[in-house]
Amino acid sequence: MKARRKQEGRWAWRLTGFVTLCVYIFMFAPIVATVILSFNASMFGGFPMTGFSLQWYAKLMANEQVLTAFRTSLWIALVTSAVTTAIGVVTAFALVRFEFPGKQALSTLVILPALVPETILGVGLLVLIKAIDQPRTMLLLVLGHILLAVPYVVLITQARMVGIRRVYEEAALSLGASRVSSFREITLPLLIPAVVGGALLAFTISFDNTSASLFWRPAGVETMPTQILSMLKISISPEINALGTVMILVTVGIPLLGGLILQSLTRLKRRGQPTEEAR
Amino acid sequence: MKRRWTLYDPRLAWMLVAPVFLLLIFFLVLPIAVMTAYTFFTFVTAGVETSALTTANWHEFFTDSYYSGFLVKTLRVGAMTAVLCGVLGYFPAYFIWATTFKHKWLLLLLLIVPFWISFTIRTFSWINILGEQGVINVALLKLGIINEPLPMLYNEGAVILGMLHFLLPYMILNVYVSLESIDRTLIAAARSMGCTSAQAFREVTLPLSLPGLAAGLLLCFVLAAGSYVTPQLLGSGRDALFGNLIYDTIMGELNWPMGATLSIVLFVVLGFFAAVYTRYMGMSQIVKGLAG
Repeated sequence: MKARRKQEGRWAWRLTGFVTLCVYIFMFAPIVATVILSFNASMFGGFPMTGFSLQWYAKLMANEQVLTAFRTSLWIALVTSAVTTAIGVVTAFALVRFEFPGKQALSTLVILPALVPETILGVGLLVLIKAIDQPRTMLLLVLGHILLAVPYVVLITQARMVGIRRVYEEAALSLGASRVSSFREITLPLLIPAVVGGALLAFTISFDNTSASLFWRPAGVETMPTQILSMLKISISPEINALGTVMILVTVGIPLLGGLILQSLTRLKRRGQPTEEAR
Repeated sequence: MKRRWTLYDPRLAWMLVAPVFLLLIFFLVLPIAVMTAYTFFTFVTAGVETSALTTANWHEFFTDSYYSGFLVKTLRVGAMTAVLCGVLGYFPAYFIWATTFKHKWLLLLLLIVPFWISFTIRTFSWINILGEQGVINVALLKLGIINEPLPMLYNEGAVILGMLHFLLPYMILNVYVSLESIDRTLIAAARSMGCTSAQAFREVTLPLSLPGLAAGLLLCFVLAAGSYVTPQLLGSGRDALFGNLIYDTIMGELNWPMGATLSIVLFVVLGFFAAVYTRYMGMSQIVKGLAG
């Protein structure tokens, strides 16, 4: 009896492992297929492979439209990431450390942009600027992206901030540090993982945004995702697969690199200091 | 006389949150308010409307089955996606939580990596799998199992598959976060009281992980029902969802009042589900899930 039950448990665990494996394959199969197909020599995007070729990458590098869209998206994402991180960290600080009337309502409001479908956010802003007769501008697009990224930065920072005890700041203040320098010298260094994480996430959210950007972009401006979307309207070509591969390298490579740098930085720092336990 | 600043002064707090507050007011609250007003505007011709108040848009929405059909289909696809995500997402979350594998973080990282890859690229990459010259069709043709490529793209199944690919990590992370918060001694206690592992799972682990599952279901449902890109790329015109309808009404027909009406409808319907969820589960769980 007992042995049979144990057997059942083992089978349940095996099933769980099997489904997990399938999910991982499911997650990566299309990505892998895209990367492989980007090296296809054939004119048509699809299997079977007819040979190895880098021609689609060469073609991509000469595609002025794609390069422009890439630069546009890069700039928007950099600005969005910097601004969102700055205001998001300050907001999270206020939400964790302070008690003020309206705090609960504000923290719910901050999460909303992550829950409201982008189509609605997109239409809403358009209707608003149409009502007050304003054109679509780059500034509007960037502010829109900031709106989309702000919930994530605030949430990540809040989660980390809760773990930092306020006595450290209070000690600095009581020793005569100004508010700004206590934040800069005490709170911010402890927050760094959340700040970097938030900045990277904000960058990806902005760089990747499609639906809302379709509504908000000024006439004639293409961001990378909208450019891809309009290319896909014509056909799926090996060039698009090459473009996809480049984008995968950029969006996976940058955060991974950032994470590695961060890790080695903290390791370097630790080497110079006694460990937590030793203190 | 000016009041002295205190250490955790509410006035200072408001100064700190002012930028985000203004952004939310001008880019979220005000647009939705103006949009609500717009639903009562009169549509004249493409791109032109007057502020003469009318209920024509609402009347059209409620009487034309074209719109309700879209809504029903969108909710159905959203629900199917969410349920599939729940079923397929629970296993990996449980596996990562329960495994004794030393490099757990690697398993989690592998789930987060697809998050970083452009959503548009992840969506169109399915064409390389499902298309006429995709992996599946070419393999089946070569093996002689089929003579003609199977039409797997541009239907509702492909749309759901694409959204599943996009939403599964959300679900897995949500469930994983709530599993992580379970006190493992509870399970040990259940086992020592004579529970089999299956009973311990049913009586302890599963109920305690339900908040994460519920948060994941809500998140997946809302994001799927509001999607635009996936149905656009993987569905045909017939499989367009509410998001596509809104986009076409505004950007194609330039019928702004109707577009606003449809947006408000989607906002209210999804808001209703979120409100029901919050009533029973509270907002905190979804916050945990989003923060990862």
